[in-house]
Amino acid sequence: MFDFSLLTNWIHELLSSFMPEWLTVTTECVLIGVCLLLAYALLALFYIWFERKVCAAFQCRLGPNRVGPMGLLQSFADMFKILIKELISLKHTDKFLFALAPYLVILASMLAFAVLPWGNGLQIINFNIGIFFLIAVSSIGVLGILLAGWSSNNKFTLIGALRSGSQMVSYELSIGLSVITMVCLAGSMSVTEIVAKQQDLWFIFSGHIPAIIAFIIYLIAGTAETNRGPFDLPEAESELTAGYHTEYSGIHFGFFYLAEYLNLFIVAGVATLLFFGGWMPLHFPGWDAFNHVMDYIPSVVWFIGKAVALSFVIIWFKWTFPRLRIDQMLSLEWKYLLPINLFNLVLMVLVIVYGLHF
Amino acid sequence: MPYEAWKDNEYIESLVKELQANGTNVIVGTFDKLINWGRSNSLWPLTFATSCCGIEFVSLGAARYDMARFGWEVARSSPRQADFIMVAGTIVHRMAPVLRRLYDQLAEPKYVIACGACAVSGGPFKKSYHVVMGVDKIIPVDVYLPGCPPRPEAMIYSIMQLSRKIKVERFFGGVNRQEKQEEFLKAHPIEGVDD
Amino acid sequence: MADIQEKIAKLFPDATFEQGDTLLVNIPDEKWHNLARTLRDDADLSFDFLVTIVGMDWKETLGCIYYLTSTRNNAKISVKVTTADRSNPMLHSISDLWAIAGIFEREVYDYFGIVFIGNPDMRRLFLSIDWKGYPLRKDYDESPETNPVPTDNERQSDYTDTYVELEDGKVEKRETRVFEADDFVVNIGPQHPATHGVLRFRTAVDGETIKKIDVYMGYIHRGIEKICEKLTYPQTLHFMDRLDYFSAHPYHHCLCMTIEQAAGIEISRRAQVIRVLMDELSRIASHCLFMGTFCMDLGATTMLFYTLRVREQILDIMEKTCGARMTFNYECIGGVMQDLHPDFVSDVKALLAVIPKNIKEYNQIFTGNIIAKNRMEGVGVLSREDAISWAVTGPSGRASGWACDVRKTDPYSIYGELEFDEVIRHEGDSMARFKVRLDEITQSARIIEQLIDNIPDGEYCVKVPKVLKLPVGHWFRKVEGCRGTFGIFLESDGATSPYRLKIVPPSLPAAAVVDHITSGNKIADLITIGGSLDYIVPDMDR
Repeated sequence: MFDFSLLTNWIHELLSSFMPEWLTVTTECVLIGVCLLLAYALLALFYIWFERKVCAAFQCRLGPNRVGPMGLLQSFADMFKILIKELISLKHTDKFLFALAPYLVILASMLAFAVLPWGNGLQIINFNIGIFFLIAVSSIGVLGILLAGWSSNNKFTLIGALRSGSQMVSYELSIGLSVITMVCLAGSMSVTEIVAKQQDLWFIFSGHIPAIIAFIIYLIAGTAETNRGPFDLPEAESELTAGYHTEYSGIHFGFFYLAEYLNLFIVAGVATLLFFGGWMPLHFPGWDAFNHVMDYIPSVVWFIGKAVALSFVIIWFKWTFPRLRIDQMLSLEWKYLLPINLFNLVLMVLVIVYGLHF
Repeated sequence: MPYEAWKDNEYIESLVKELQANGTNVIVGTFDKLINWGRSNSLWPLTFATSCCGIEFVSLGAARYDMARFGWEVARSSPRQADFIMVAGTIVHRMAPVLRRLYDQLAEPKYVIACGACAVSGGPFKKSYHVVMGVDKIIPVDVYLPGCPPRPEAMIYSIMQLSRKIKVERFFGGVNRQEKQEEFLKAHPIEGVDD
Repeated sequence: MADIQEKIAKLFPDATFEQGDTLLVNIPDEKWHNLARTLRDDADLSFDFLVTIVGMDWKETLGCIYYLTSTRNNAKISVKVTTADRSNPMLHSISDLWAIAGIFEREVYDYFGIVFIGNPDMRRLFLSIDWKGYPLRKDYDESPETNPVPTDNERQSDYTDTYVELEDGKVEKRETRVFEADDFVVNIGPQHPATHGVLRFRTAVDGETIKKIDVYMGYIHRGIEKICEKLTYPQTLHFMDRLDYFSAHPYHHCLCMTIEQAAGIEISRRAQVIRVLMDELSRIASHCLFMGTFCMDLGATTMLFYTLRVREQILDIMEKTCGARMTFNYECIGGVMQDLHPDFVSDVKALLAVIPKNIKEYNQIFTGNIIAKNRMEGVGVLSREDAISWAVTGPSGRASGWACDVRKTDPYSIYGELEFDEVIRHEGDSMARFKVRLDEITQSARIIEQLIDNIPDGEYCVKVPKVLKLPVGHWFRKVEGCRGTFGIFLESDGATSPYRLKIVPPSLPAAAVVDHITSGNKIADLITIGGSLDYIVPDMDR
């Protein structure tokens, strides 16, 4: 497999050959920032288009097909529009917090972006508690949502924000526990190492029963974490008009809109990392020819492909299931998912201790 | 849709002529084109319906007519995020201040389509004591769409007309629309509503 | 009939009787409340279903005609109560006996200014607080200067008016608060995606739990009843399309039948069959759209697109024959506007072929879904007694175990000869209301199947005089609309236009009952309950 660290090292050496070290680091940071923003924006635009097309397919429709080939430029048109829309400032609100909230939401998803294993050697920060960092920063998002709902001075947004708060705090538990389950199997919190451990076999296969249970719980909790249907209570359109971002217009709303799709990608990306080997190609021990062929597909394609496939499943949920009620959603977490998860963690420990995994 | 197929080319051409009377800066003009391309292709309606026409608007979203093809399916329930309001149905006295408030809540640039006979002129309820005879008494209207209710095809045509109108607008320095709107709102004041 | 009359005459000597299509009892206002109690509670009478209250302006007097039905033996009676005081008219309220009377009386107050003593909530129903005059009075000044288009936000009061009769016979006006002073009141509507139009709920919530709902109507009140008084009989027909736009055919059917009955017009069998076919087709289309929008309210958007597929197919059939997709104006006095399209039979057969497949699909996608079950089962339970007291008819009433299908209780047109089951469930919750509608699609398909091969030949419209004048009198007819019992009260003074045309919509009680079955539930349940009751706002507002 092509190791992207060759490329990054080459750039580093090239820059440091004619620059002092502090300038090199600064340039690299800026470069990475630009790349990250670009990837972020393009992915979000792709996801918006993707969701609209998938939803259309489920509903026997065509979806966007007039703007650009297959409607691919539709989300670009939407972006231009959203950029120039008026930013409405409201009376009787906390203006600072009101403006801060969308940035917090976008910041959370962007930080989480930094640790995703994009490809072989292609990772922005690589440190030994990568997964822990990811869980920590993705929780900042809920703060933004709570602030947005509270500072809008609107009853609908307040209810939406409180729903979102209770929902995310609850489901964070499930996410955390299922991640811990997989960390047990990997024996490391470092993202690179987790991927490296899956070289021969993805964790979903090698961890068998406990891994599959953890995956299902992760998928449910991840859907809830991104506020997507059937857990879209904070922005339940038929109940709270647009939920916590009812009062936001223009690019502020655009940030929420983008963050929603990016969070979808992050949830899918983390699932890919933990269960489907990150950027690792599909390998089976003993099938050497097969493994060899799989190696020809670039690692970036593997990662993004797997993440998009998983997000397709999450989108599928949204366009199939009705929405849950708040009490049902909370009891699902506290009465079912949490006990199962704790039991599953014990099961995984037993599997590891007795060496029952592949 | 080919240019010749439109029924009102003279109107659009005269609008273009009026707008370009002072000439256009090359850079600003190109930028204008890009932005207007985006704006005209991304029209998000406000979920707003009062009666029969609203149901045809639902049909418009369904598989047969599928307005998603044009990118109009992102119907926002919050007026802050919508681009145009399709006044689908009768507006009565009690609803008038509500509609005006919704219009004021829309973020600029905003447009209005008066959809159906009732919204255009009061329609079959012309003799009623409680119906507003045309929404242009309350808010400025960009496109009038007759019919009772208009067929979904007609609705598509009306939104395409709106899209055409946006395309020839001038975003930079194109104050004429805003001015007109302000004049309108001054002439039709609603107390207790901050514009 | 005769023994009812005897019984009432014995108990209330000053009651007088008129014989029409139903027995009409004239009773002075002071005795009315006692009579009402007797009518409802007496074991032989048990008139427990208040169909409607028709407010009337007879120029010298104002008053009401109450239409009552017994759900036990299907006996009908009407009671007329009048007052000669035009400047300050007052009658006694019966809102303590029938729950729905509260809303009906508010409507009469709004239209005629008749105050009901004892009604806990005497606010205007459709018009705003500051509206001048009572529009359905014959001497109402209609010039736009009296009531111009409002230029400021509607004034709102947190208080309701109550008129209480004191010991010495004087009437005192009192004010009571709607909500408590520190309630967290969320305003849902009039522009809200889940209110199905422009209905407004002021909702007092405690966290996510709903404490009380105050329903505001009139955001699409178009004054159809008043306009009709200015138009000739054929001209009044097309407003029926615009009430409940999903059951345009049954509503048209009802008004046509009323006028035909009054004018003594006998219509051909072919026209009868066509009308019934159209009624049932629109029932299927309406229930399909109900399922779609209801599921969309619950968050399952995709279902809407699947149900609209069947609806589009029906609209195609309608379009070929009637020439329009929604507002058909097809039934006319004497029959129907034009003959069936040559493709009609084959198109309908194609539709009948796909319906069972589609219903199976709906059940797979939605009814069997665990989330859908949890959202609907046990939510918004309406007992049979409450359904009758609140006059919630149609599929919603039948879901509570009340056999209220007009097609069975008072078969009109050719329904008496047709074979179909009245779908009744006993749970009374949102799931039952959903399932009743789903099953009614099958029953409607069954009716169509019986008729589609036996459409008799003959003329589709009989000759009707160009200028239609009805004899003096009044008539009341009911049909089964897609959402429940739809009634037309027609009073004629012998002229070419109606003296009074009162529309009895099924959606008004459905919206009125929301508060009763929602309090204590969650906000999300309000959406479920509202969706499952399936009210159409232009229908209730008229």
